[in-house]
Amino acid sequence: MSILVNKDTRLIVQGFTGSQGTLHSEQSIEYGTNIVGGVTPGKGGQIHLQKPVFNSVEEAIKEVEPNASIIFVPAKFCKSSIIEAAQAGIKLIICITEGIPTLDMLDIKKQIDELGVRLIGPNCPGVITPGEAKLGIMPGNIHKPGSIGIISRSGTLTYEAVKQTTDLGFGQSSCVGIGGDPIPGSSFIDMLKLFEEDDQTEAIVMVGEIGGNAEESAAEFIKSNITKPVISYIAGKTAPAGKRMGHAGAIIAGGKGTAEDKIKKLKECGVHIADNLVSIGSKVDEILKS
Amino acid sequence: MNLHEYQGKALFAEYNLPVSKGKIIFKAEDVIEACNEIGGSKWVVKAQVHAGGRGKAGGVELIDDPNEGVKFANKWLGKNLITYQTDKDGQPVNSILIEECTEIVKELYLSAVIDRESQKIVFIGSCEGGVNIEDVAKNAPEKIIYQGVTYGDKSLPEDATNIAKVLKLDEKQTDQFLPIIENLLRLFIEKDLSLLEINPLVINEKGDLHCLDAKINIDSNALYRQPELQDMYDESQEDPQEAEAAKSDLSYVSLDGNIGCMVNGAGLAMGTMDTIKFFGGNPANFLDVGGTATQERVAKAFKIILKDPEVKVVLVNIFGGIVRCDLIAEGIIAAIKEVDINIPVVVRLEGNNAEKGSKILSKANIKIESINNLSHAAKKAVELAK
Repeated sequence: MSILVNKDTRLIVQGFTGSQGTLHSEQSIEYGTNIVGGVTPGKGGQIHLQKPVFNSVEEAIKEVEPNASIIFVPAKFCKSSIIEAAQAGIKLIICITEGIPTLDMLDIKKQIDELGVRLIGPNCPGVITPGEAKLGIMPGNIHKPGSIGIISRSGTLTYEAVKQTTDLGFGQSSCVGIGGDPIPGSSFIDMLKLFEEDDQTEAIVMVGEIGGNAEESAAEFIKSNITKPVISYIAGKTAPAGKRMGHAGAIIAGGKGTAEDKIKKLKECGVHIADNLVSIGSKVDEILKS
Repeated sequence: MNLHEYQGKALFAEYNLPVSKGKIIFKAEDVIEACNEIGGSKWVVKAQVHAGGRGKAGGVELIDDPNEGVKFANKWLGKNLITYQTDKDGQPVNSILIEECTEIVKELYLSAVIDRESQKIVFIGSCEGGVNIEDVAKNAPEKIIYQGVTYGDKSLPEDATNIAKVLKLDEKQTDQFLPIIENLLRLFIEKDLSLLEINPLVINEKGDLHCLDAKINIDSNALYRQPELQDMYDESQEDPQEAEAAKSDLSYVSLDGNIGCMVNGAGLAMGTMDTIKFFGGNPANFLDVGGTATQERVAKAFKIILKDPEVKVVLVNIFGGIVRCDLIAEGIIAAIKEVDINIPVVVRLEGNNAEKGSKILSKANIKIESINNLSHAAKKAVELAK
């Protein structure tokens, strides 16, 4: 088992023929992902990477019956691409693009929630189930099928956690980058629920960073809902408060948002803390072997 | 991106919000004409910088003679204003806003932000304005309201009334308050703001609501569709190295240590800084070189890092995702030759083709410590910085 994606996932790529779409689709196909086609408005009817190109998601659904979409279109077009896929009936959308205006995301989030669609990202590396399917831009070769579920707000930090758990022989059930934007499509909590239900996952690694209070909310959720061990690393202990203009942003979270606050809350809720970036793997080892 | 008060107030005026009659000047000799144009016999002169706390720092004065305004302008124009919100060097004052004087009966607080948790625009209001709102939040949380709102929602009048109650507005002021909230919300959405703060919002001698300050922050991701706001960008208010980095699409924040850092990915960059600190060192900066660490970007990043004279060693930490480490290694070597670096560089390459990359680095005829293990690399950098 795994979460979100597996070898049966039928994927379409929005922004298929662009440079990013092409590069990452090639790598995903090579990894074994079942890409059934792509969407680029105006290029319908063409064949790209030996897969059919469609003008719209709706056309693609009629012809190749996809059940997931990955989005590589530029930020200014993401809102319409995500909404298009959601309205056409795709239930899992992964948006890699970074730089989407926050107000666009507020609107997108409202609409996809109403439609019951799951969005991963934006501004994220995507989702991978090692050995089965890679829907994203992560390097496939550092992953290995195994027992650790990984959730992260940061791309390259996810790779660190993956590499360390691979090197120690654990491997991963699935890895999800939820993205670092203020309004993400899916939260830590959404993914924790899925990993809790997944038989293959024995422990969960949650990689967080300063800002917002997603980690604090997740900590509360873990305390009462997650029975599997959760190991967390929080980046940004040494980040300075920085120059500020006004106070509204600082007080909205009630003084939360620092690494110390997050770590304290996570510990209180029974989460195991890897106190250093380089000790994520060894912390997993320590917990699973104790 | 931040706006100056005078730019924010111009937007307020555009959205029919009550602001004072005022004029912006860039030269001391324009003060008298500005005062005459505004009229009246009392004015407020306000140094324009991207920071709060100006009043206490001497950056705001009440004058009843335009010549005092000239004196104020001569004192501040071209100088730096240091407030509790700036760093130790302060922010340069390049312009001064002159406004008609408002008789203040009561000071209130009003702001709006996007709240991550409720995923809504939230208005924050308090009956205690003009002060440090963080202190009010800590000491008298009952005096603050957080009200989530939705544009076009039928409940908006009710939401505004809720805020008005906490601000202790009377009936007339409450009637004025609803359009203020509507217009602020419209401004927030139409101009892609990420923060809007009026501190203080005042009640004047006529009992009317009036915006005495305007702090506005715009979502940088949305600037492509706000060209007229993009034109208001004031580079002088940014850290020169940070502004330079931003031009090259590099994310850089200067810190006070001596180990320069170049990392791909913001999270990993923070993690690398934490690791340096863990081993007893001090990072000189945060720098995210981005997903595609090309030679050009790496060279640019080195140049920015080395502008800081404190830097004794540079730690490069790249986790090659899709980009291949051998290509990055070649980019690093070429960049080091191009920039002519004469301090030690520690490079940690991991991920795609990392071994090949390390081989290229160790064969290169330049001073690079190539260490694949992040702990070892960080320890080495800390040791070299001593």
